[in-house]
Amino acid sequence: MQIYLPIAEISLNILLLLGIGTAVGFLSGMFGVGGGFLLTPILIFIGVPPPIAVATQANQVVGSSVSGLFAHWSKDNVDFKMGSVLLAGGFIGSTVGVVLFGILKRIGQIDLVINLAYVILLTSVGALMLFESLRAILRMRWRAGMPRKLHQHTWVHGLPLKMRFRRSRLYISALLPLGLGFVIGVLSAIMGVGGAFLMVPAMIYLLGMPTRIVVGTSLFQTIFVTANVTFLQSVQNHTVDIILAFVLLVGGVVGAQIGGRVGARLRVEILRVLLALLVLALGLRLSSDLIVTPAELYSLAPVGGGQ
Amino acid sequence: MSAAGRTWIRVGCLAAMLPWLGSDSRAQDLFVGDLMDHRISITAGFTGTDVFIYGAKDGPGDVVVVLRGPSVDYAVRRKERIVGIWLNTDRVDFQAVPSFYAVASSKPLDEVMSPAAQAREEIGVARLKMVPAGGGSASDVVPFADALVRVKQSTGLYQGDVATISFNHKPLFSGKVHFPANVPTGSYDVKVLLLRDGEVVGAQTIPLQISKGGADAWVYERAHDQSAAYGLCAIAGALLLGWAAHLVFRKI
Repeated sequence: MQIYLPIAEISLNILLLLGIGTAVGFLSGMFGVGGGFLLTPILIFIGVPPPIAVATQANQVVGSSVSGLFAHWSKDNVDFKMGSVLLAGGFIGSTVGVVLFGILKRIGQIDLVINLAYVILLTSVGALMLFESLRAILRMRWRAGMPRKLHQHTWVHGLPLKMRFRRSRLYISALLPLGLGFVIGVLSAIMGVGGAFLMVPAMIYLLGMPTRIVVGTSLFQTIFVTANVTFLQSVQNHTVDIILAFVLLVGGVVGAQIGGRVGARLRVEILRVLLALLVLALGLRLSSDLIVTPAELYSLAPVGGGQ
Repeated sequence: MSAAGRTWIRVGCLAAMLPWLGSDSRAQDLFVGDLMDHRISITAGFTGTDVFIYGAKDGPGDVVVVLRGPSVDYAVRRKERIVGIWLNTDRVDFQAVPSFYAVASSKPLDEVMSPAAQAREEIGVARLKMVPAGGGSASDVVPFADALVRVKQSTGLYQGDVATISFNHKPLFSGKVHFPANVPTGSYDVKVLLLRDGEVVGAQTIPLQISKGGADAWVYERAHDQSAAYGLCAIAGALLLGWAAHLVFRKI
């Protein structure tokens, strides 16, 4: 059954879209990763123009983060103060990002930048994930329960504008979460991702936040930043396809709930290796588009009004 | 009823009128053509459509139909390999290029129309005039103009010389042209030409309107005309869907 996507201006099979949404939602629920960085390249493969895939994805992340946030909120796992500082950086970053997106679109380089950003992201995240999960499997076998050093004093603690974050039990410079939020905001605008893959490790290792409240706090920031991206992309670039976003979201939230339940029962360490391989494969597939000589060297785009 | 069936009913009506029309003093010039649908609406599930052309002519001659979509300015970009990566470098803009172009004829174009007449009437994909914006030397621009035509042809938006006009029931003719799913919207001109000895002896222009219809058109217009409200709706819808999912699954 075909469905016409009014902004992407293509017809796609609605069952295929629901299936993709559910599958990616299932993976993200199972492994606790955001689905954005998987969904965008898949959308590009099935023919959605990259600028529309990215902006629509930001809209989808708004919805998929909400149900996650509720779950963490009810367990009191959200540091709203830390989230707000991250958010301030995120707002500035995503606004700058959308302006940058518009400029790149006008000079005809947006597809390249999106592709390149995804190649770098997918291959590095995939490689890290593979490394981490292999290490986790090995540690599980031989050195079960090694405690990690709780607090380390680094250059990070010498920065000015110190702020107390009670929920995170931290007294650190506000510049850190502000800067982190900014970077995530730019990525969110250019790539349509929530940015949890980068934010979660940065919050744990760079800021030193307790692991328990990291995911809830990052979701809190993600909702507002992706909402900002959705709004600005709609107004400036007209690249948000509401129909596509909602179809993916319906599949995504259902998949995430099922994935979360299955993941809670299974030992996901071995499955995580498979996810890492999938991410790496996506990255390599995208990089081949950049490196292999294209069949058609010329491309066509209407000038000015409309897209 | 099928579109083709309806076509033949209309053609039948035309045929019934022929003897009466034929009493005209310029009987041998009688030539009428029309389209099955003057409006095409792109709605959900649109996967392309056929446009049926039909008509009647009195006397000998061949029929050529030219469909021309709304004119658009295009930027053609060329990729080049730089440090191992293919990226867009050179760009040439062309002004007022037809976004859709198709020629359908009763016999291969070169058999029914002299090269001079083809050039005069600008008929055929190869004869489309590509005007580069801001000049530029002709030799630099040619590969870009060729690429524009090639890309358009590969997406089915330029169709050269398809012999799909038939005279199954002389003096009636009918034919069809396929519009793919990615057909541009706007006002089209459909020119129906009657040719005899390689020259145009009769011509008729019929308008055709292609627009987005139904809910899709509504969404598209909101996205462009009321983009702020559209953006807010997109956010609100996503929040509601996420919240609803939370409520539904909390109970299970």
